[in-house]
Amino acid sequence: MKEFSNRYIFIFSAVMVIAVATLLSLAATLLQPRQLKNLEIEKKNSMLESIGVESSAKNTEALYEKYITESFVINTKGEKIEGIDVFNIVQKVEQKKPIDQQYLPVFGATSDNGEHIIIIPVEGKGLWGPIFGYVSLKKDMNTIYGVTFDHKGETPGLGAEINTPAFESMFPGKTIYQDGKFVSVTVHKGGADKSDIHGVDAISGGTITSKGLEKMLQDCIVKYNDYLLKNRN
Amino acid sequence: MSKHEKEPMFSAKNLKLLTAPLGRNNPITVQVLGICSALAVTVKLKPAIVMALSVTIVVAVSNVVIAAMRKSIPDRIRIIVQLVVIATMVILVDQFLKAFAFDVSKQLSVFVGLIITNCILMGRLEAFAMANKPWPSFIDGLGNGAGYGIILIIVAFFRELLGSGTIYGYPVISKAGIYNTGYENNGMMILPPMALILLGLIIWYQRSKDKSLIENK
Repeated sequence: MKEFSNRYIFIFSAVMVIAVATLLSLAATLLQPRQLKNLEIEKKNSMLESIGVESSAKNTEALYEKYITESFVINTKGEKIEGIDVFNIVQKVEQKKPIDQQYLPVFGATSDNGEHIIIIPVEGKGLWGPIFGYVSLKKDMNTIYGVTFDHKGETPGLGAEINTPAFESMFPGKTIYQDGKFVSVTVHKGGADKSDIHGVDAISGGTITSKGLEKMLQDCIVKYNDYLLKNRN
Repeated sequence: MSKHEKEPMFSAKNLKLLTAPLGRNNPITVQVLGICSALAVTVKLKPAIVMALSVTIVVAVSNVVIAAMRKSIPDRIRIIVQLVVIATMVILVDQFLKAFAFDVSKQLSVFVGLIITNCILMGRLEAFAMANKPWPSFIDGLGNGAGYGIILIIVAFFRELLGSGTIYGYPVISKAGIYNTGYENNGMMILPPMALILLGLIIWYQRSKDKSLIENK
């Protein structure tokens, strides 16, 4: 093996670092607009999924325009707040604020048969990272119309199962209120009782993700309590 | 300045680089590298296949890059240089997937990052690419990626079939009506220990077939 001088080693490392840094920052800058666009489409796609509308990357925008009819921000007292960009509210930032200053996004949709549905974004913690999704409610503000969940890095085959139809299909029809009191939807290890209108089955091997999901639903939806009670019919 | 290849592109020696890692020199069962990811991504076939492909691409390309620079890399910082090359490749792959194949990037999620820590990559760069020309190094990368992938796919096949009752997401067990006979999915299969046991069984089988793999005490 050839001996290299210290001088050569320093120059070699410097050149390597600069070359790699340039390459990576170029790639990141050039690809960023496309990546952000993908994230936006993904978000719209998830919202549509929670009201049972299938969309592909191509027709997401058009379907979003068609089905999502309104969007607004409320506070925890259920009062509307004007002048805020609803679509770009970051849940994680909001959740760190004091509870009465948090902005809560609400999306309104109209289904094919003219039914009015509201969509609430939820975000919480799984085992390895954030989990998030959308819960849509029928106009009684009690019955779940549909849900969609996703995750950043839960274990495939275990916690990651929360974004499968098998798991999500257990939610529609469940209710989140019991005698006018908020009870959310709970996940049950070993399977929920068939007659339980507030419970779904947990994921085997994904206990921490399941519990995280339960907490996410509880924590996020309870903030909408005042709004839901005011607007139920 | 045209250099003529002295040996054909697919000489017997080069073909051996491709086939040896599939059997007698398998990175997982013989060299015992990359075990972590073999346990982590083999619950379902789909992520296992995507992971196998990504590792194959990254190891082949990194091998070429290192082989091309091998004469100018100072010996004392070679490990750092190898790591920088691997990490750069992985980040580039990740960025491109996010921009052009968003669905695949969601599938891979954390595993893209895991590729950086896969010992097979460092192993091949250090053991092969540092001492060979780019083309054999490329073949060596493909071979080792495939050898890694084939074990991943075998393990994932059994874990998905016995643990979830599906093959590539298709519910074979329930379609065949086997659940009606009282059969149940084995929950143990979807947990990591079973992957290790399956891997042990594969190593056992391979060694019982090929006695030369058994070390002399």
